[in-house]
Amino acid sequence: MKGNPIWEVFIRSKNGLEHRHVGSLHAADATMAMENARDVYTRREEGVSIWVVESKFITASNPAENGELFEPAKDKAYRHPTFYELPDELKHI
Amino acid sequence: MGHRLSELCGHGPSLETDIALTNISLDLFGQVRSYFQYAAKIKGEEATEDRIAFLRTDRDYRHTWLVERPNTDFAHVIVRQFFFDAFHLPLLEQLEKSKDETIAAIAAKSIKESRYHLRFSSAWVKRLGDGTEESHQRMQTAVNELHPFTHELFENTETEKEMAENGIGANLEIIKPVYNQTLLTVLEEATLKIPDVPARKTDGKKGIHAEQLGFILAELQYMQRTYPDLTW
Repeated sequence: MKGNPIWEVFIRSKNGLEHRHVGSLHAADATMAMENARDVYTRREEGVSIWVVESKFITASNPAENGELFEPAKDKAYRHPTFYELPDELKHI
Repeated sequence: MGHRLSELCGHGPSLETDIALTNISLDLFGQVRSYFQYAAKIKGEEATEDRIAFLRTDRDYRHTWLVERPNTDFAHVIVRQFFFDAFHLPLLEQLEKSKDETIAAIAAKSIKESRYHLRFSSAWVKRLGDGTEESHQRMQTAVNELHPFTHELFENTETEKEMAENGIGANLEIIKPVYNQTLLTVLEEATLKIPDVPARKTDGKKGIHAEQLGFILAELQYMQRTYPDLTW
């Protein structure tokens, strides 16, 4: 059906800093998608901010390519800032 | 109203609307509980919110005929909801200023819920009204069938007149133009017409109802009457 695409829903919780993916739903347009997300995904105070994106606009990595995309990062310790000593004053980094 | 919506649980046209409508049902039940608890307190003796909710006989139910109209199809459900919400929101805005503190408090809390209900129902009215030929047809039929029942919303009973005079209840005369404006705006955008048919003279507020109420009460009261004073 042309007019009822799937939308991905992202919610930021009251104490959170980022929007997290919580699920998806059908809706005819952006306003309805938002209201449906409010009805379906914030019933139990899960969040204070909603983002909806039509699923077709999300480009996802192909799991079959996980090998070339993610494995090379495995044994490269020099990429992590583990050898840097933080001064005590910088507690919240 | 809450009961009619609860009949849709599991039967909504889509998962999202099923949850939305049952959410509205729960919101309305929540508001009713507050009112009934207060009523029970005022009545005293052995009155409880459950007794008021479940054990009245049909003549003691004072709701309007509009809210017991059946869930014929989604168009009927949403038009019924829209007419109700367009009335309910200005009603609550009035009650928020009530001299009775409890009623004002209940209204203040309910207003946010009601604002969302009106937003939801208006959105669907506009989309279905100005939608496909079939949706437009069904919507216009629903409007034609339900609009005559909205007249009762504005008929003052003696009790309502007295409450309004004492600053406790709402003044229906103030609500009417707000309601009419909402209807005009939304229905116009939905390309729907208000039918030119006479209003149904119904006496729901006096306890006189259509035969549908019998079926509703049979379901609604079954548990309390079979297992008196049952609790969870």
